[in-house]
Amino acid sequence: MATADKPNYKVIGTRPVRHDGVDKVTGRALFGADLNLTGMLAGAMLRSPHAHAKIVSIDTSKAAALAGVRAVVTSADMPEQGDRTVELGEGAVNMRHLAANVLAADKVLYKGHAIAAVAADNIHIAQEAVGLIEIQYEVLPAVTCIRKAMEDGAPVLNDDVRTESLGSHPASDDSSKPTNIAKHFCFEMGDTAQGFADADIVVEREFETTTVHQGYIEPHNATAFWNADGKVSVWMSTQGSFTARQQTAELLRIPVSSVKVTPMEIGGGFGGKISVYLPPVAAMLSKKTGRPVKIVMGRNDVFEATGPTPGSYMKVKLGATKDGKLVAGEAWLAFEAGGFPGSPIAPGCMCVFSCYNIANARVDGFDVCVNKPRTNAYRAPGSTHVAFATETLVDEICEQLGVDSAEFRINNAAVEGTRRVDGPVFPRIGMQETVDAIRQSEHYQSPLGGPNRGRGIASGFWFNCGLKSSVTATVNLDGTVTLVEGSTDIGGTRTSISMQLAETLGITAEEVTPTVADTDSIGYTDVTGGSRTTFATGIAAVKAAVEIQQQLIERAAMLWEVEADAVKYVDGSAVGPADQRLTFKELAAKLNATGGPVVAKGTASEESPGGAFGTHCVDVEVDPDTGKVQILRYTASQDCGTAIHPSYVEGQIQGGAVQGIGWALNEEYWYDDEGEMRNPTYLDYRMPTCYDVPMIDTILVEVPDPAHPYGVRGVGEVPICPPPAAIANAIYQAIGVRIESLPMSPPRVLKAIQSK
Amino acid sequence: MSSKRIVSATINGDAVEFLCEPRQSLLEALRDILDMTGAKEGCSNGNCGACTVILDGRPVVSCLVLAVEAEGAEIRTIEGVACGSHLDEVQSAFLEGAALQCGICTPGLIMQTEALLESNPHPTEDEIRIFLAGNLCRCTGYDKIVRAVQDAAERKAAATS
Repeated sequence: MATADKPNYKVIGTRPVRHDGVDKVTGRALFGADLNLTGMLAGAMLRSPHAHAKIVSIDTSKAAALAGVRAVVTSADMPEQGDRTVELGEGAVNMRHLAANVLAADKVLYKGHAIAAVAADNIHIAQEAVGLIEIQYEVLPAVTCIRKAMEDGAPVLNDDVRTESLGSHPASDDSSKPTNIAKHFCFEMGDTAQGFADADIVVEREFETTTVHQGYIEPHNATAFWNADGKVSVWMSTQGSFTARQQTAELLRIPVSSVKVTPMEIGGGFGGKISVYLPPVAAMLSKKTGRPVKIVMGRNDVFEATGPTPGSYMKVKLGATKDGKLVAGEAWLAFEAGGFPGSPIAPGCMCVFSCYNIANARVDGFDVCVNKPRTNAYRAPGSTHVAFATETLVDEICEQLGVDSAEFRINNAAVEGTRRVDGPVFPRIGMQETVDAIRQSEHYQSPLGGPNRGRGIASGFWFNCGLKSSVTATVNLDGTVTLVEGSTDIGGTRTSISMQLAETLGITAEEVTPTVADTDSIGYTDVTGGSRTTFATGIAAVKAAVEIQQQLIERAAMLWEVEADAVKYVDGSAVGPADQRLTFKELAAKLNATGGPVVAKGTASEESPGGAFGTHCVDVEVDPDTGKVQILRYTASQDCGTAIHPSYVEGQIQGGAVQGIGWALNEEYWYDDEGEMRNPTYLDYRMPTCYDVPMIDTILVEVPDPAHPYGVRGVGEVPICPPPAAIANAIYQAIGVRIESLPMSPPRVLKAIQSK
Repeated sequence: MSSKRIVSATINGDAVEFLCEPRQSLLEALRDILDMTGAKEGCSNGNCGACTVILDGRPVVSCLVLAVEAEGAEIRTIEGVACGSHLDEVQSAFLEGAALQCGICTPGLIMQTEALLESNPHPTEDEIRIFLAGNLCRCTGYDKIVRAVQDAAERKAAATS
């Protein structure tokens, strides 16, 4: 569905087969764990059995003595980090905390926290050796409940953490003593008290969400080789080879130019494969042995020591007038950071009211350490939590006012010029259009028959980001282009970027051959994350294509003996003043005779995308005897600006929606009183299977983003935001109970039914 | 006594002999001994399906089969699905239907689909979803995978009619 007259593109909007597709359907694609190097050793990690403990002593002598063991490392082998923060691409990172997360120094802060590593001739010997390492712990009380962690007298995880006050309206927090509250954000706009006084209706609820994991099927892995010349090579699965390079270099305290990261194919990331866990450890084991060392995590390690996204506790209040206008909002948000500070509380604060035009609002947000794994980004980090709260309350207001919830959303939607609570003003955005697409859909218009059934809708927002990207493009004599890029390809971006280059040059997608290069072979490129790759690396590719156009114009001008200014590049051909024409292919064939190679580069830096909105509609049926919620029908609309490859845009929306469904209905970390996760397997951590979900219908709304030459908006993240609230709203319609905690699993829904 | 065992099996039509330790899984033997890394390790406890191969006509998660159990077995892996440079119908349907994003679950899903269509050439959507429920995909939301399986069934039917 196009909301603007769409230019007549030849490549954009088509569905070519992806360039890396054949390798991936034949099993030939090489992921990180598939690497095999001559002389390679296998590494294994020792992880803490306790959620919170002091490390009194470590004795590795028995492990080191086992036949086949080549090296053992602990934090004592790693360089001191001191007190410093380093800009690592997506924000500044406290290096002492990052290092202590990679290998614990004097304390363990969560069960599964890495403490030591062994390299051996094979994985079985390495694992056996890990069992021989003797550690004496002084077990400390663990705190896994965020509200308890915020209380005075709670066990404090990090004695170097003080509350930092941040935001447009800095609060005055006590920063004199160690605390679990690492950050307090406060944003305020308008007059919140007056706003609520003007409201005819005020709704307020408390919400909780549990820790959930990104759930990528490929475990973290890294292979490292520390060469005798001091150069370190790393092969790994990562969302960003350059941030992995920098983190590895900083953790080893060697120059970034001494580290080369070769990104292998990556088996899913969703934000969880940005932070580094294994490469510095594998590198140190390699330094000690002189051989390459490969470490691959087990699934339980992935659950217990990587990811996850925070659990949260939120109090949110909304006020509206009786004629259906939102006038005030207030939110108090606390996110679990895990063992070290760094939850996505800031984006949570910025997103909580971002779908709407609310003149008076205040948000307080807290980043709180608890004895759980250090949290990491997960698809629109922080936004899903707050969408669950806000969109539930919007539904409640609509119910009380007796108005259609789609119409209410359209009337109150953020539009171009609306100011967010944290300050920025929206450029052209498509929130209203995504709701309207749902309102007009056959799904929303269709009757919903049967008992215990309900329909819910909800919207969501994600900023998207620009950051930095590099590509180089080389014209081949046969009229094709080789495109080298720094963005790792998690879901078809080789193709979506190639298509933008092809469109600009007037050639086909198949005539571009994309390669994802290592960090020595391409310019700096930020992570594949933030819904930025098709947007920002696409801009870089378009710039490279424009530079190729210019070079080909000069070649044509030389052949025609005219001024270059008189030649234009139109529809894949250079066109001269006397209507002379040479196609891209013809000019490519003449390269060697007209001055040699044509190589172009393109970079993108800090472009500002306009942001993405999505609105989802879901029908559910609730089993009143078991509390099980079945998804009957699902439709997701999203503003994708311009869909470069519609199949992969739909795929992002469908995949995000199903992750959101999993978060809504089943996924959770179960902790016991000692802070141990009791379900670190796919059997017990219930991600959606094929049998749990129906087809996910998509509506691609296209409101072009003026910040991109083809109007692209990032599409990857926002689709995870609406599902929990949309499903909660549908459950309410089905059984008349509002559920305020995720996941809405059978026991919780059954309890809600029984206490009705 | 030697710590290793000799195993003889047929893999993708070829007679294969390899040496393995009794504690090694079939997945480990395929990946680390035979250098066939198409089957992936996602969980090592049989829950994700990324390591699915067909053993004596039945799909199995190769992480839960000991390598020594493969003695005398006939095994098909993702490496044996394409015929030379010709993709089979399931591979083509996945490829053209954009039924993969990161691709880590794809080899397992293709093997499971091969097994499904061999036993049930015209599955309903429900039958597809039940049969593939042991193969986790975190990227696609399954929509395009189910459609690709439906498409593959039609392609196979057209190829044999």
